[in-house]
Amino acid sequence: MAASRKPPLRAEALLAASLLTPALLLVAVLLLVPLLWLVWQSVRQDGGFTLAHYARLVTDPAYGATFLQTFRISAIVTLACVVLGFPVAWAAAESGPTLRALILALVVLPLWTSVLVRAYAWIIVLQRTGLVNSGLEALGLIHRPVILVNNEFGTIVATTHILMPFVVLPLYTTIRTIPREVLAAAASLGGTPAFVFTRVYLPLSLPGLLSGAALVCVLSLGFYITPELLGGGRTYTVSMLIARNIALYDEWGAASSVSVALLACIFLIFFLAGRIVPIDRIVGTR
Amino acid sequence: MRAASPARIAAFLFAGLVLLWLILPVLIVIPMSFSDSRFLTFPPKALSLRWYHAYLGSSLWLRATRVSLGVAAASAVLATAIGTAAAYALNLSNGRAMKLVKLVLLLPLMVPIVITGVGIFLVYARVGLLATLTGLVLANTMLGVPYALTSVLGALAQFDPAQEMVARSLGMNRPRAFFAVTLPQIAPGVLSGALFAFVAGLDETVVALFISGGRYQPLTKRMFTALRDEIDPTIAAISTMLTLVSCLVAAAVMLNARWSERRRGVRA
Repeated sequence: MAASRKPPLRAEALLAASLLTPALLLVAVLLLVPLLWLVWQSVRQDGGFTLAHYARLVTDPAYGATFLQTFRISAIVTLACVVLGFPVAWAAAESGPTLRALILALVVLPLWTSVLVRAYAWIIVLQRTGLVNSGLEALGLIHRPVILVNNEFGTIVATTHILMPFVVLPLYTTIRTIPREVLAAAASLGGTPAFVFTRVYLPLSLPGLLSGAALVCVLSLGFYITPELLGGGRTYTVSMLIARNIALYDEWGAASSVSVALLACIFLIFFLAGRIVPIDRIVGTR
Repeated sequence: MRAASPARIAAFLFAGLVLLWLILPVLIVIPMSFSDSRFLTFPPKALSLRWYHAYLGSSLWLRATRVSLGVAAASAVLATAIGTAAAYALNLSNGRAMKLVKLVLLLPLMVPIVITGVGIFLVYARVGLLATLTGLVLANTMLGVPYALTSVLGALAQFDPAQEMVARSLGMNRPRAFFAVTLPQIAPGVLSGALFAFVAGLDETVVALFISGGRYQPLTKRMFTALRDEIDPTIAAISTMLTLVSCLVAAAVMLNARWSERRRGVRA
């Protein structure tokens, strides 16, 4: 059997290779090669080796501040997505078929609409004359408009809104698999609801939670559209830094070292999360 | 069903509020687009089709729409063909090498889009693909492959490869067995992969900011620059139409999923 299998196996490998070639070629030429070129560019200056571009990340306070603001936004967005998304995933898992379908549709539909449209919607809602301000004024809670947009707050609200479904979906899939008997057993053995939730429910939902949180964390670290449109120049993230260095200043050295640093953070997060949940599952939610 | 404790009701109410917060901003552009005012006050004081006329009267916007639809459709078709081929190959074995290949093909979903945009800009600047239609289609094909790949892999996981073997043992050659036996059964996965890739292509903004220009600028790039400079209510009209398109595609995907489930149910 083993001997007779050998020739077809080689043909099989050849077939696989030829079917994979177009996809691999596309990703190699348009993504891998440019990434390697960026890495190379980040240690070069005037035809020689240099670490100056990386040194600037540490010594120039403007770069440090940008990274700090990006990490802060990403952390807040991830936390908000988890806190807001968990009850939604839970409610979907607890509901009957009709209500569940409705909840999931409400989660998935925003995902289908354009990111640009959602960012624009938040500009409308949060601006000086927007829905929130006119509502609060009508209620007599405020007398002059509160600045809700063109700052970090507006960026965080819109980014959270755009990324939240990525937490809800994997979380829901995981929660669905938690056997109810386990929860009932924990409760019948004397566990208080709070105990059952923190010691049984939460640990069992951890793979989904982690998968969603890792994806949101990574996506928000590299988000570009919301800080650019809702940040009003007061929000300056790493992705904006990269774009400006290329488009405005033609500073490839700076842009490449910042890109490599950002990629390192992102791959580190994927690597750590990947030890618990397979990376293709994490990314597959997108 | 468990008893409705106060904590349970509170949690459901909270979830309901979050869902409202999730869906309302998506819907709010619709009434705004029918406003007759230059200013985006809500609710609009009077209704009109002024901004739809503005859109239809602007050759710039119409041109951008044609570019967007054309690029999204072409790249969806290409990405689906390339992604389906890759998924079929990945499904043949599950060795370590294949796992690595799969991760490489999913890379476009992991790398921040700004960095991807810079990278493609670099390549295109050398080979003269900046501000071309070909360049836009190729970039969006690359970005669309992971969607087709994951969707088709999901469908292949449900498919019994023995069926294709049977067809081949009965004398069909491999391509014929694939098109006659395998493809019809994974068709729903292929279709939803294509729809995902189409919507992703329609929505792609950041890479287009770097690589598109001149006559071939997609809708999203024009919208982005317009939003950065001044708030033009024409964008509300365009947003409403885009949202309508997304809803239609989402409905198509859901119908497609239901249809394939029913077919599987019949077979089982």
